[in-house]
Amino acid sequence: MSSDQMLAFEVDCHIFDGCGFPAPGLHSFIFEPMFTIGGFEFNKPILLALLSTVVVVGFFWAAFNKPKLVPGKLQMVGEAGYDFVRRGIVYETLGKRDGEKFVPFMVALFFFIWIMNLWSIVPLAQFPVTSIIAFPAGMALLVYVTWMYLTFRKHGFGGGLKNLTGYDKSLGAVLPLVVVIEFFSNTLVRPFTHAVRLFANMFAGHLLLVMFTIAAWYLLNGIGIAYAGVSFVMVIVLTAFELFIQAVQAYVFVLLAANYVQGALAEHH
Amino acid sequence: MNALVQLAAEEPQNPPIPPIPELVIGLIAFAIVFGFLAKKLLPNINKVLDERREAIEGGIEKAEAAQIEAQQTLEQYKAQLAEARHEAARLRQEAQEQGAALIAEMRAEGQRQREEIIAAGHAQIEADRRQAAQALRQDVGKLATDLAGKLVGESLEDVARQSRTIDRFLDELETKAASAETGAAR
Repeated sequence: MSSDQMLAFEVDCHIFDGCGFPAPGLHSFIFEPMFTIGGFEFNKPILLALLSTVVVVGFFWAAFNKPKLVPGKLQMVGEAGYDFVRRGIVYETLGKRDGEKFVPFMVALFFFIWIMNLWSIVPLAQFPVTSIIAFPAGMALLVYVTWMYLTFRKHGFGGGLKNLTGYDKSLGAVLPLVVVIEFFSNTLVRPFTHAVRLFANMFAGHLLLVMFTIAAWYLLNGIGIAYAGVSFVMVIVLTAFELFIQAVQAYVFVLLAANYVQGALAEHH
Repeated sequence: MNALVQLAAEEPQNPPIPPIPELVIGLIAFAIVFGFLAKKLLPNINKVLDERREAIEGGIEKAEAAQIEAQQTLEQYKAQLAEARHEAARLRQEAQEQGAALIAEMRAEGQRQREEIIAAGHAQIEADRRQAAQALRQDVGKLATDLAGKLVGESLEDVARQSRTIDRFLDELETKAASAETGAAR
C-alpha cells in the first residue's frame, strides 16, 4: 500500500472528528521499501518502472514479433504507435535520412515514458513513476549524452563549441552575451528543464489527484458529504485530464529530444 | 502515519535530487526496452513495412510494365501493318511494271511476227509473179510462133526455139518498157 492510500483510507480521519486534514505533500512520493536486498530498497516506483518495461516490451513483442504483411489488430495498433513517433516526431524534426537511426531510441523513449506516466491512473498502481525525478533525469541524461556526443563528433571540438554557443560573427556587439546565454542554456538549462518538465508535470498531477482523493474521503462526514461529492467529481475530471497530460508530456519529452539531436546535427550558422 | 512523518523528517526532502538506485533502475529498465525494440522488434516491423511497400509498389510497377508492353505490341503491330501495306503497294507496282513489260514484249513480238509474215507474203508474191512471168513468157512465145507458123504455113516451132529469136524480141520489148518507165519517172 502506498503512503497516499494509507493516508486516505487506513487513517480513519474525517472532518468534524477533531482531526486535521491529512494533506498530501512530499511524503506522498516516498515509499517504504517492499523488501531490501543488501541495502538496496525495492519500492513501488521501482516495481512500476520494471512493470513499464514489461508492458512496453510485452506489447511490442506481441505486436511485432511475428509481423505479417497484412497486419492483425494488435500489429495495426503497434504500427500506428510506431508510425506516430517515427513520422510525427522523428521525420518531422530530423528528416528521413538523418532521423532513421534515431527512430528506435525515440520510440523506446516515448512508449516507456508514456507507460510510466500512465500508472498514475491505473487502479492499485496509481502513481506516476516519472514523478520520481530519478527516472526522467536518467532519460534526460541519456538524451543529453547523445546530444553532446553527436555535437562533438559531427563538428569537432571547436565546431561543437560553436554549435553549442550559437557563435555567429554577424551578431556583432551582442555576440559575447549570446555566446554566454546559449552555452549556459544548452549545457545546463536544457537538460535540466528537459527532465524537470516531465517530472514536475507528473508530480503536480499526482499531487492534485491525491489531494482530491483524500479530500473526498476526509469530507465524508455530515454536511461535508456534499463537498466530498464535488471533490470526487474533481477526481474523475482530473483523471481524464491526467490521461491527456501523460501522453502530451511523453510527446513533448521525445519531441525535445529529437530537437536537441537535430540541433547537434545541424550545420552551425 | 507517524512512521511516514518520521521518514520524511529523517531524509531531507528535495524532489529534484535524484536518488541513485532509482536512477540506475530507471536506466536499466529503459535499456531493456530500447534493446528489445532496437535489436529485434523494430527491425522486424521495418522489414515487413518495406515488404508491404514493395508489394504495393511492385503492383504498380507490374501494371506499368504491362502497359509499356501493350504499347510496344501495339507499335509493333502498327509497324507490321505499315510494312505489309508498303509491301502490297510494292508488289502491285511490280506487277504493273511486269505487266507493262510483258505487253510491250508481246507487242514487239507481234510486230516482228507481222513483219515476218508480210515479208514472207511479199517473197511469195514475188516468186509467184516471177513464175507467172516465166510461164507467160513461154506461153506468149509459143502462141506467137504458133500463130506465125499458121500464117506462114509451116511449123517454125523447132527453129524458133533453137534460134532464141523470140526471147531476144521479148527482151527488147522489156528493155524498151523499162527505159520508158525510167523516162516517165524522171
